[in-house]
Amino acid sequence: MSILSTRKADKIDSLAEGGTSLAMDALRRTFRSPVAILGLVIVGLFVILAIISPFVAPKDPYRPYPELKAELTPSNIPGPMPGFLLGSDQNGYDFFSRLLVGAQQTLFVGVFATLIGVTIGMIIGGLAGAFGGWVDSLLMRLTDIMLSIPSLLLAISIAALMPGSQWTVIIAVAMIGVPVFARLLRGAMMAQRSSDHVLAATALGVKRRTIVFRHMLPNSIGPVIVQATLTLATAIIDAAALSFLGLGDSDWRRAEWGLMLGNAQELLSVKPSLAFFPAIAIIVVALGFTLLGESMRESLDPKNRR
Amino acid sequence: MLRFTVRRLLQAVPTLFVLSILVFAWLRLLPGGPATALLGDKATPERVAAMNEVLGLDDPLYVQYFGFLGRILTGDFGNSLITGDPVMEEVSWAFPATLELSVAAMFLAVLFGIPMGYIAARFRGRFLDNATVVTTLVGVAVPVFFLGFLLKYIFTQEMSLLPPSGRQDVLIDATRVTGIATLDGLLTGEFDATWDAMLHLILPAVALASIPFAVIVRITRASVLDVQGEDFVRTANSKGLTTQIVRKRHVLRNALLPVSTTIGLQTGLLMSGAVLTEKVFAWGGLGTLLEQAIQQRDYPRLQGLILLFATVFVLVNLLVDLSYAIIDPRVRVR
Repeated sequence: MSILSTRKADKIDSLAEGGTSLAMDALRRTFRSPVAILGLVIVGLFVILAIISPFVAPKDPYRPYPELKAELTPSNIPGPMPGFLLGSDQNGYDFFSRLLVGAQQTLFVGVFATLIGVTIGMIIGGLAGAFGGWVDSLLMRLTDIMLSIPSLLLAISIAALMPGSQWTVIIAVAMIGVPVFARLLRGAMMAQRSSDHVLAATALGVKRRTIVFRHMLPNSIGPVIVQATLTLATAIIDAAALSFLGLGDSDWRRAEWGLMLGNAQELLSVKPSLAFFPAIAIIVVALGFTLLGESMRESLDPKNRR
Repeated sequence: MLRFTVRRLLQAVPTLFVLSILVFAWLRLLPGGPATALLGDKATPERVAAMNEVLGLDDPLYVQYFGFLGRILTGDFGNSLITGDPVMEEVSWAFPATLELSVAAMFLAVLFGIPMGYIAARFRGRFLDNATVVTTLVGVAVPVFFLGFLLKYIFTQEMSLLPPSGRQDVLIDATRVTGIATLDGLLTGEFDATWDAMLHLILPAVALASIPFAVIVRITRASVLDVQGEDFVRTANSKGLTTQIVRKRHVLRNALLPVSTTIGLQTGLLMSGAVLTEKVFAWGGLGTLLEQAIQQRDYPRLQGLILLFATVFVLVNLLVDLSYAIIDPRVRVR
């Protein structure tokens, strides 16, 4: 088939479909770009690894092994040995198994930190966008204040108040996202308020609650989803930063990449791979979510709609 | 312009006011209250009661708050638990170090970021552009402190090219004038001190620059692409101006507007990054103070630092808004 006739076929297809919504169109365009597919593959593999890792890990990641412990000294951490692909970590645990299982814990921290941030942010932003007026002013001043503290310091000041546990990290990191999601949803809803279809619905006498939930929210959710994807990447990095500063999970046995990286910082001269492998895992996963989020953002932008 | 300045200043005041209430409340949210936290392991009921009285924690909350507000307005943030020195003194001693690091990082980010973003836009869709975009995305994904470790590992452990940490060799007995090590050497004529300080500055500055660099490249690229499609660029081209003049006078000048705001908005990220970078390189600035305060649960110091960081951030944003209003008069009316 020549190029010309393919184009024609495309044209006919699009005519047959009639109008497509921006969302559907954006989704289609997103997965035509190689960058988005790369992001999706990385994220997909990461999620699969997170699910299956406890079953495929060759050794128990939460148990020290005597054969590793035997060779463990402050200045020597055993490297690869038969049965232990990457050797030992600083506590005589199987490093490879911990690295695999780390996917699960890391995903857990990232997903919950993002979900909590999105939920609280959307409640604040949704209320501001739905009511407007003084509710809006009050809530937006609140988010302004949250935004006036540099993000990591906000997380630090929350984490410093609580005992070092995994949930402390999750909540502290979640708070970074709250003002961002609140502003984003509020902005999108404000734009909807003055749009023709909302005006039409109001004129028809549709109840405000229905307008908000059926018309304004669904049309405002796109940027929030994009931002959530990007936030997953930064949440994982921020959690690692908290661990690095000594504000992470105090349970050092937990196999989570950020925690493993934070705890390996003193051992760079002994066994650098203890820091490098978790770090590379974090970078790849963060890159995956960023690529996916950025390409979704690009295709949601009506300027790119052709 | 004056009216805009005043209005914008007045907007910053309530933000800082509420912030002070939050920071005040923050210390009181501590499990067991501030007295228990301050005493740490030494907390007994009698000592806590005595401490409460000393700190005035038995007074009504509003009395406590206005006392607190009055003290911080006069620059009294209390004493550090670690050293016993006034927090303000520690902060003013450490501030030049952080300023030096941040300015150096921002300088690098702007110096390399704007040309790279511009080049990427010029070669849109081609290899150079794609490579730049991918680089910036990777740059965002790499944790700052890990990049610091990596640089340190390569350039000090493996190649022994640069000093691993600190701001100056201990053997160099430099005179402190401003506290900015690279500048002090120039002022006093101790050029070896400046050279040594520069060598110490390279790695941390590169690590810290990675985040603003990535953002500046992307904003410059997007902005140049935007401006290139504007009608006035087409007009300039069609009236026969040379490509160079169009690029310099019309494209670049207009494209740099959003970039200049971004630079200001990066301050928050820069401060967050500085905390991490300073720990990797034992820099001895505000980040180091903060990190020690976290480790030792030194709450007065932590409180002072958070308030200080937030205030600087609010003020920088204010300055950005004002400078934007100078560059683009339309902003003033809004």
